[in-house]
Amino acid sequence: MSPDDGTFDARLRGLLAEHAGRDGPLLPILQAVQAEWGHVPRAALPAIAAALNLSRAEVHGVLSFYHDFREAPAGRRVVKLCRAEACQAMGAEALGAQARARLGIGWGETTADGAITLDPVFCLGLCACGPAALVDGQPVGRLDAARLDAILAGAAP
Amino acid sequence: MKVWLSQDAAARALGAEAVAAALTAEAARRGVALDLVRTGSHGMVWLEPLVEVQGPAGRLAFGPMTPADVPALFDAPAAHPRALGETLALPWMRRQTRLTFARCGMTDPLDLGAYEAAGGLAGLRRALAMPPAEVVQAVTESGLRGRGGAGFPTGIKWRTAAGASAPQKHIVCNADEGDSGTFADRMLIEGDPFCLIEGMAIAGHAVGATRGWVYLRSEYPDAIRTLARALGIARDMGLLGPRVLGHGPAFDIELRVGAGAYVCGEETSLLNSIEGRRPVVRAKPPLPAHEGLFGQPTVVNNVLTLASVPVILAEGPAFWRDFGIGRSRGTIPLQIAGNVRRGGLFEAAFGLTLGEIVDDIAGGTASGRPVKAVQVGGPLGAYFPRALFGTPFGYEEFAARGGLIGHAGIVLFDDSADMLALARFAMEFCALESCGKCTPCRIGAVRGVETLDRIARGDAAARPLLEELCETMKFGSLCALGGFTPYPVTSAMTHFPDDFARPREAAA
Ligand SMILES: Cc1cc2nc3c(=O)[nH]c(=O)nc-3n(C[C@H](O)[C@H](O)[C@H](O)COP(=O)(O)O)c2cc1C
Ligand code: FES
Repeated sequence: MSPDDGTFDARLRGLLAEHAGRDGPLLPILQAVQAEWGHVPRAALPAIAAALNLSRAEVHGVLSFYHDFREAPAGRRVVKLCRAEACQAMGAEALGAQARARLGIGWGETTADGAITLDPVFCLGLCACGPAALVDGQPVGRLDAARLDAILAGAAP
Repeated sequence: MKVWLSQDAAARALGAEAVAAALTAEAARRGVALDLVRTGSHGMVWLEPLVEVQGPAGRLAFGPMTPADVPALFDAPAAHPRALGETLALPWMRRQTRLTFARCGMTDPLDLGAYEAAGGLAGLRRALAMPPAEVVQAVTESGLRGRGGAGFPTGIKWRTAAGASAPQKHIVCNADEGDSGTFADRMLIEGDPFCLIEGMAIAGHAVGATRGWVYLRSEYPDAIRTLARALGIARDMGLLGPRVLGHGPAFDIELRVGAGAYVCGEETSLLNSIEGRRPVVRAKPPLPAHEGLFGQPTVVNNVLTLASVPVILAEGPAFWRDFGIGRSRGTIPLQIAGNVRRGGLFEAAFGLTLGEIVDDIAGGTASGRPVKAVQVGGPLGAYFPRALFGTPFGYEEFAARGGLIGHAGIVLFDDSADMLALARFAMEFCALESCGKCTPCRIGAVRGVETLDRIARGDAAARPLLEELCETMKFGSLCALGGFTPYPVTSAMTHFPDDFARPREAAA
């Protein structure tokens, strides 16, 4: 999917203008770009670098550091499964294995039909009601195998 | 009918929205006027969604509620199968000393009037009537130490920043809360955000900073939404702006959202992240209090540290200092999590033993099996066996037993836990999250995973190697990510040797 549908440059310019004059604008700009296009298109980097007077390498160095940024759009639904200790104590590893097996993908991947992205996450602050997940931004607690299957089959969280 | 229901993310994760919808629908069906207040959480996560109904003497609690339990609430509340009695009389509530979390669960988090009626803004008012140096003095005398993990005395940090002269200073609130097993920052921001804003305004006055920042992790969408709205309200109502409360100094707060990197909770990495640099850890000195955000003097404090300041100013430093043990003064919001029967937030004076917390307050595991290990202080904290359950909850007390209290997360594991797997995970996590600036952390963690795999295959010769590696990481790392990852690893090895004594398997 090419981000360039003719409006790309104009939308990017508008977005950069919104952040002009802000201190430390790079991270919010990258987040705004991802909110706009669902990922950070490579094509956006030169304009961002130029606007902030940075080298493309510097922008890339920031972008590549964080787990949140995507190089390609996510699936239509994003399931973030917690893999951290408190959720492990409640069986999160088995749920992670179940999700990967059922979807036939690894952590951080999207199913071939673009339906679901499975992201690992390390703690959602729901550690007293684990295993926990974030399904399209909605918190889910005490996840079990049946509920996970329903979520992966397309049920609302 | 007056009803309270939490909108904390944990309550929502357990079905609070469906219960809210059922309450509204049932009230409409019966023609009852429903006054539904969405609050933060009291912290009794095992009882969420917790519904409260106005009773003759106080609020009556019902939980955990499902939509099917709602109609009976409108008939005879006292006979309801989920009736628990008066909220504040429940043992979990009665046994706490809620100072930082006094309002959390009680009020609508975005109702500034209710905040003030429940004691909010008293600390800020008192602080604004004092010269800045006296505010710093009060915080120093309270004995408050940083709740982000290192336990550094807050008053000393503030004094350093106050003493630095610069045209611009900053208060940065660390709301990155990346530790597994911790959620107090999230609960406070979702349940009582004005308390944090008030604490930051006091800090601004105390050190002469006019700009505040909250660095909030992206994994907390609900908290982001609530804090953004609270900041807008605070500006509209004059709590923030050119003159705090109409007569104070200028102070405003900018919300910054993280992007999923554990190391950004380390304060210098966090500052780089805000500045838009690659968020590697900075070498110290210079201290952030001298040269922090954009090279200007900066106080970096955890959410709970800042949110404890209003009550200290309102009640006086002695009130706070009189709680606690040794050099751990005041209260600590314990977060009890993992495989736990009664999990949630429990604020108490320092000094409870780990055993009291685990067995008595939390009631052991959710699975009903014996507690095998308890990890205290997040992914960089040690695993404690039952033999050490006598340890009183305090900074020095935990350090003396090879552990740390960190951000006060307490994670229970039952006897099915595989301590070697958990030690391996600690190394794996460090490797995944290392900022890469120093070798002991970046390379050491990768070697750690390999070495633990060798031990898992029954290669006993790998054990001394792992011990050596842990020493190197401990003393050679730039920050506590590499420096403290050995805590969970060596504590697991020391206290649970059986899990590391594997029979040799066929070579992989
Ligand atoms: C890897 C790493 C992660 C950290 N994560 C956090 C965090 O999420 N929240 C926090 O307040 N402090 C965190 N800290 C501690 C901070 O560096 C710093 O000590 C703290 O924010 C200071 O505030 P305090 O004095 O109020 O505790 C972390 C430290 C390290 C080394
Ligand atoms: S460890 Fe899974 S939500 Fe905290």
